[in-house]
Amino acid sequence: MSYSSLPEDVLEHVFSFVQSDKDRNVISLVCKSWYEIERWCRRRIFVGNCYAVSPRMAIRRFPEVRSVELKGKPHFADFNLVPEGWGGYVYPWIRAMAGGYPWLEELKLKRMVVTDESLELIAKSLKNFKVLVLSSCEGFSTHGLAAIAADCKNLKELDLWESDVEDPSGNWLSKFPDTCTSLVSLNIACLGSEVSFSALERLVVRCPNLRTLRLNRAVPLEKLAHLLRQAPQLVELGTGTYSADLRPDIFSNLAGAFSGCKELKSLSGFWDVVPAYLPAVYSVCSGLTTLNLSYATIQSPDLIKLVSQCPKLQCLWVLDYIEDSGLEALAATCKDLRELRVFPSEPFGDEPNVSLTEQGLVLVSEGCPKLESVLYFCRRMSNDALVTIAKNRPSMIRFRLCIIDPQTPDYLTLEPLDVGFGAIVQHCKDLRRLSLSGLLTDRVFEYIGTYAKKLEMLSVAFAGESDLGLHHVLSGCDSLRKLEIMDCPFGDKALLANAAKLETMRSLWMSSCSVSFEACKLLGQKMPRLNVEVIDESGPPDSRPELPVKKLYIYRTVTGRRIDMPGFVWNVGEDSALRLS
Amino acid sequence: MSPPLLLGVEEEGQSNVSLMASSPSDCISQNVSGLQERNYLGLSDCSSVDSSAASSLPVDNKNKLNLKATELRLGLPGSESPEREPDLSLLSSGKLDEKPLFPLLPSKDGICPGSQKNVVSGNKRGFSDTMDRFSEVKSSVYTEKNWMFSVGPDSESPQSVGQGKFPGNSGMNPMLRPTGAQQAIMKEMAPNALERSRPAANGTHNKASASNNNMSAPAAKAQVVGWPPIRSFRKNSLATTSKNNDEVDGKPGPGALFIKVSMDGAPYLRKVDLRTYTNYGELSSALEKMFSCFTIGQCGSHEAPGREMLSESKLKDLLHGSEYVLTYEDKDGDWMLVGDVPWEMFIDSCKRLKIMKGSDAIGLAPRAMEKSKIRN
Repeated sequence: MSYSSLPEDVLEHVFSFVQSDKDRNVISLVCKSWYEIERWCRRRIFVGNCYAVSPRMAIRRFPEVRSVELKGKPHFADFNLVPEGWGGYVYPWIRAMAGGYPWLEELKLKRMVVTDESLELIAKSLKNFKVLVLSSCEGFSTHGLAAIAADCKNLKELDLWESDVEDPSGNWLSKFPDTCTSLVSLNIACLGSEVSFSALERLVVRCPNLRTLRLNRAVPLEKLAHLLRQAPQLVELGTGTYSADLRPDIFSNLAGAFSGCKELKSLSGFWDVVPAYLPAVYSVCSGLTTLNLSYATIQSPDLIKLVSQCPKLQCLWVLDYIEDSGLEALAATCKDLRELRVFPSEPFGDEPNVSLTEQGLVLVSEGCPKLESVLYFCRRMSNDALVTIAKNRPSMIRFRLCIIDPQTPDYLTLEPLDVGFGAIVQHCKDLRRLSLSGLLTDRVFEYIGTYAKKLEMLSVAFAGESDLGLHHVLSGCDSLRKLEIMDCPFGDKALLANAAKLETMRSLWMSSCSVSFEACKLLGQKMPRLNVEVIDESGPPDSRPELPVKKLYIYRTVTGRRIDMPGFVWNVGEDSALRLS
Repeated sequence: MSPPLLLGVEEEGQSNVSLMASSPSDCISQNVSGLQERNYLGLSDCSSVDSSAASSLPVDNKNKLNLKATELRLGLPGSESPEREPDLSLLSSGKLDEKPLFPLLPSKDGICPGSQKNVVSGNKRGFSDTMDRFSEVKSSVYTEKNWMFSVGPDSESPQSVGQGKFPGNSGMNPMLRPTGAQQAIMKEMAPNALERSRPAANGTHNKASASNNNMSAPAAKAQVVGWPPIRSFRKNSLATTSKNNDEVDGKPGPGALFIKVSMDGAPYLRKVDLRTYTNYGELSSALEKMFSCFTIGQCGSHEAPGREMLSESKLKDLLHGSEYVLTYEDKDGDWMLVGDVPWEMFIDSCKRLKIMKGSDAIGLAPRAMEKSKIRN
């Protein structure tokens, strides 16, 4: 019996074990019947660029989806490079899914504009809705959240990761009906204003499966102990403000509450930390795998004391107050560390305010054999250090280095950091994400093009000398999906020479480079399956054709130009007549 | 001597005050020394620009300024956009207490020369770039009209906004009450001057303005939008934290404080970084630039026919009177008129900005008027 004669439901059953999108896509290409079977049983889709496909098309192809993940704005929107009003509206998707996916259970959105109207539509139309994750989203208020709370009877997860939420007065938490006992995860850490503590407490008490609770800054420390005692089963906790008057009763209450939480694996929050209260969490440190101290403005000695008690730590986010000495302690204690992110405490100062240098990262790379993901802000770096790191950790998957001053050379030799980053891509053969900084010539791009064959995302700023740099990347990086570039002297040649490559990628962002409007037009005309969007707030770009375009966003799409472009975005496609009036 | 005239100038520098205050008395007192026959206001020895300046007495000016305080552009009570600053060259030529009622404008064709653009490009970019070219295009509707003043020499020079230096405009009649037409041009053209002065101002401002310090070191390099790559959520969180710690450490706060700006009737909001401005005037002009497209035309948005829709009469309606007023929501959630409290206090408490229609702000405006009167 050949596999092609297996009955449909058997194949469907087999396919159900294949979760990865990539594999699913491959399955669908085997033959027509497999395409058909697969599309009817795909339950989750991920759309990395909401403008790459229309909701109608997605629903038509995959009619039985239960989970949708969408991303909207380009990544550089996180750093204010994308003007407000650019796009990324989720409403058209929600409207389509209200009809097309009535049994939708999960919606995960990133960098999208979500309105209260959208949230209300979800609450009204999707009867089995369970999971809402809004990561770095904006455009909605607690009114919309109230609708979700009130009408989504089976809500399990509500996660507002670093979203921008309007807080009109109104107590939305109390809109969760008393019958709601299904919450597993609640993340309101980004909310600016107070929520009703009593409503929160009642909610926590009646949801026995609550595993994740991330409070917002407005929840005072004195009340935390009370909550913890109601939910000792918590696995992930985000505190609110971690400061209070120094009183022994508050401390002992808090320490006692923490010691009752035997399942805690992840801690975050810690705004406005008063170091004297840190020991209250010591009892859970031995089990912690994730610690987010990136808002905790405490100094190195306190950080060392804390981190030294967490031998199982796998993921640490921290401010550069940890300094090299703290990272040394980390390297000595946390042998299971996979991910380290060190954020700058004073990124806009001219002088270093802490003693955090390349040495800290080198020490961690030496001491933590499982280290694979790094985000590191510092003020100086050397090629030697980078080469050492590369050789120490060939299993590195994500490496993002941000030397705060643009174009800073190797502080020892004053040379560019080409060789250092070259070592990273050469030794770390599985590298998927890379962010460059410091003084860099075209050579670093030659290294990247030659060695970084698994690289999927590259972020570049103030680097390179000529189009050759861009050409190396576009022609050499076989797995490249996302490329984002700011303030580099890259122009038309490399872009046009590698036009076909752009269709194999999700998107390309270039701002403050040297791409001419003519080149954009040409690209738009020649590549109908690309949207070539020029962002220019000072006027139609073809009115000043001698100037380079300010911001350029190119992405592949099967739906043609989008219809929701604001006045400052021009799509230079086949009918390159600009879309004004 | 005539404080109301100097409401907007105060923030920029006291030298204007003395200059203006002294000229009449100088003129008059020198009468005694018998050097020259001067008329009552001493104008014959002052700038030759326009003798009708004589007719403007402090009282009149007071009224005009009060009206201006709530008029048109975001109506910051008692303060004006930098480009409305009295032309120092006029003042220094002894021109009287007259505060020009509208700025000297750059050429209508006042293109942003390419080289100037490059000055900008090294500095703050992103949405702080103005609509100069765009407004050139949009303004083609208006070029046929006979605006009240002729275009003067190019006034752009990347100087600190606070100094407000604009070359003289020979065609200008500073005494004329600004009409809506002029203000339309002001709205569109002024950005030319301001755009190029802004980026330099970023760097020089911290030297120039004693009152505010948005960087740790006075000669701070201009911030580049998007660098270092830190998310606004984090920036704002750290800003709040260090503000709490500031009183203890005495260290200046970190860089950015992004808040949303909405405007009645505009299809989308904008965000501004309050720390890039050092006074209300700068904020006001930046917002004017950012939102001028909504009053003048719909920026070619697909929903509206754009330019054709906007008629001259509608424009005049928009620009006469107190069409728009700038308000903000403070920490307590109350909506307040911008401009009442000192700038530093304002940044501390401002959560978001809103450009309201004058009619909605009726309750707020009279307070501004009264305040101005009290100051007089």
